[in-house]
Amino acid sequence: MNIYQEELLDHYENPSNYGTLPNPDISHEEDNPLCGDKIRMDLMVDDGTIKEVRFSGHGCTISQAAASMLTEKIEGKSLEEIKNLSRDDIMDMIGIPLGPVRVKCALLALKVLKAGAYGIKGWPGEEE
Amino acid sequence: MQTSDYRPLDVKSIRQDFPIFAEDPPLAFLDSAASTQTPRPVVEAMDAYYDTYRSNIHRGIYRISEEATEQYEIARQKVAKLINSPRTSQIVFTRNTTESINLVAYSWGSVNIKQGDEIVLTVLEHHSNLVPWQLLAQRTGATLKFLEITDKGLLDFTQLQNVLSEKTKLVAITHVSNVLGTINPIQSIIDAAHAVNATVLVDAAQSVPHFHVDVRQLDCDFLAFSGHKMCGPTGVGVLYGKMELLEEMPPFLGGGSMIRSVERDISTYADVPAKFEAGTPSIAEAIGLGRAVDYITQAGLASIHVHEQELVKYAHQRLEEIEGITIYGPEPHQKAGVISFNLEGIHPHDVAGILDTYNIAIRAGHHCAQPLMKKFDVIATARASFYLYNTIDDVERLCDALQKAQTLMTRRNK
Repeated sequence: MNIYQEELLDHYENPSNYGTLPNPDISHEEDNPLCGDKIRMDLMVDDGTIKEVRFSGHGCTISQAAASMLTEKIEGKSLEEIKNLSRDDIMDMIGIPLGPVRVKCALLALKVLKAGAYGIKGWPGEEE
Repeated sequence: MQTSDYRPLDVKSIRQDFPIFAEDPPLAFLDSAASTQTPRPVVEAMDAYYDTYRSNIHRGIYRISEEATEQYEIARQKVAKLINSPRTSQIVFTRNTTESINLVAYSWGSVNIKQGDEIVLTVLEHHSNLVPWQLLAQRTGATLKFLEITDKGLLDFTQLQNVLSEKTKLVAITHVSNVLGTINPIQSIIDAAHAVNATVLVDAAQSVPHFHVDVRQLDCDFLAFSGHKMCGPTGVGVLYGKMELLEEMPPFLGGGSMIRSVERDISTYADVPAKFEAGTPSIAEAIGLGRAVDYITQAGLASIHVHEQELVKYAHQRLEEIEGITIYGPEPHQKAGVISFNLEGIHPHDVAGILDTYNIAIRAGHHCAQPLMKKFDVIATARASFYLYNTIDDVERLCDALQKAQTLMTRRNK
């Protein structure tokens, strides 16, 4: 299946929750040194629940669209639920098969989120 | 570059040797600078070893081991002839260019580089001709100096006299840039380096497969290249060195094959090149490389070079028509069959990803040359590279697909 599908391209063109927050409770940024993709996630958290989320950065379609989709998915969710988000959840969200290089593009946003919220290092699916 | 063996390439018949191009429409493989495809005769030469005389080399006292040894050494002779090495024994088989350079950095470097010495590189270097010297500099306290490039991706010769001095002990330079395709005037650099008594290593990974390289004429001290970039298999590479240097150098890896005699506490070492070939080598791969040398020699290196020049000139002409494209590096006549570019507003990974859907293989990324990417202030580029089996049709398909990628992506700019 072609990875350059309408849904992904729409998220890339008109990303949801793009930008930064003025005084975020959690803010974290990382890049993928392989391709230079960069994502920052800002979160407002109230009583363990995500009230507001913004992402910013640059990179390929997959990394930016996945970040946009992820922000839609997590708004209103508890931090605990984020901790449990897996590599498979992201792959289901993207909905198309990706090769090993592009999988990391898709996972970058979740990696940033988990590192920011819990200090979890490593790629989703291979965390310590 | 000699042109004596020039005759137009019969690309159609060459392509029939590569089963990977048999589909219709065929794969447009534009990533030979990373690794080339393998023609049937090379695979068959390796199959013949596995099917009919598979055995370890050197000490076997039976027929098939003698044959394996002979074929392995014939491959060495072919490689020696290809680059006009004075003696066959000056060809050391390694795993790849990277290992060849590391061999020099560890073995030659450990006895010849000291604190305060300077190693001169260029910003065009692949990480394989950079990181081994960073490690050597860290071990010894030597300093790395860099020859810069112009905006067009040519070495800035006005600086050569500033970076070279009596402190310069080594100049390690790529013959052809894997990113920009720049063909460096290495003869002038070798001569200038020798004038200050520096040793010169040439990274020839992108030159030996594509045009005549003559180590005697160049007078370089070391030259390194890989089999897998010249129609050979992965897992075998070459280090050429001047005999007096190779003889003086301590061993790199210790083990079987590289010894003359072994006592409990000390050993004496075999002669060059065995001294540098510890353990069972990549026998089938060396034999495959020998056959690959025959293959590209029969096609004609001058013919390959002219063919690639035609392709890269045409690619430049066609790509320059695309709005929003930036092409990095020099004009076609100053470079090999490599073209690096970016399309405005589209990440190179997306460019490569979209092209893949049209069965076109290009590379996208930093091409193991991050200092060069920084120089051009980009994170990554897309790169198409050509070899003897590529056609004008491959270039047409590349350009058409790039325009389709642009149509798909540019209405979407944030």
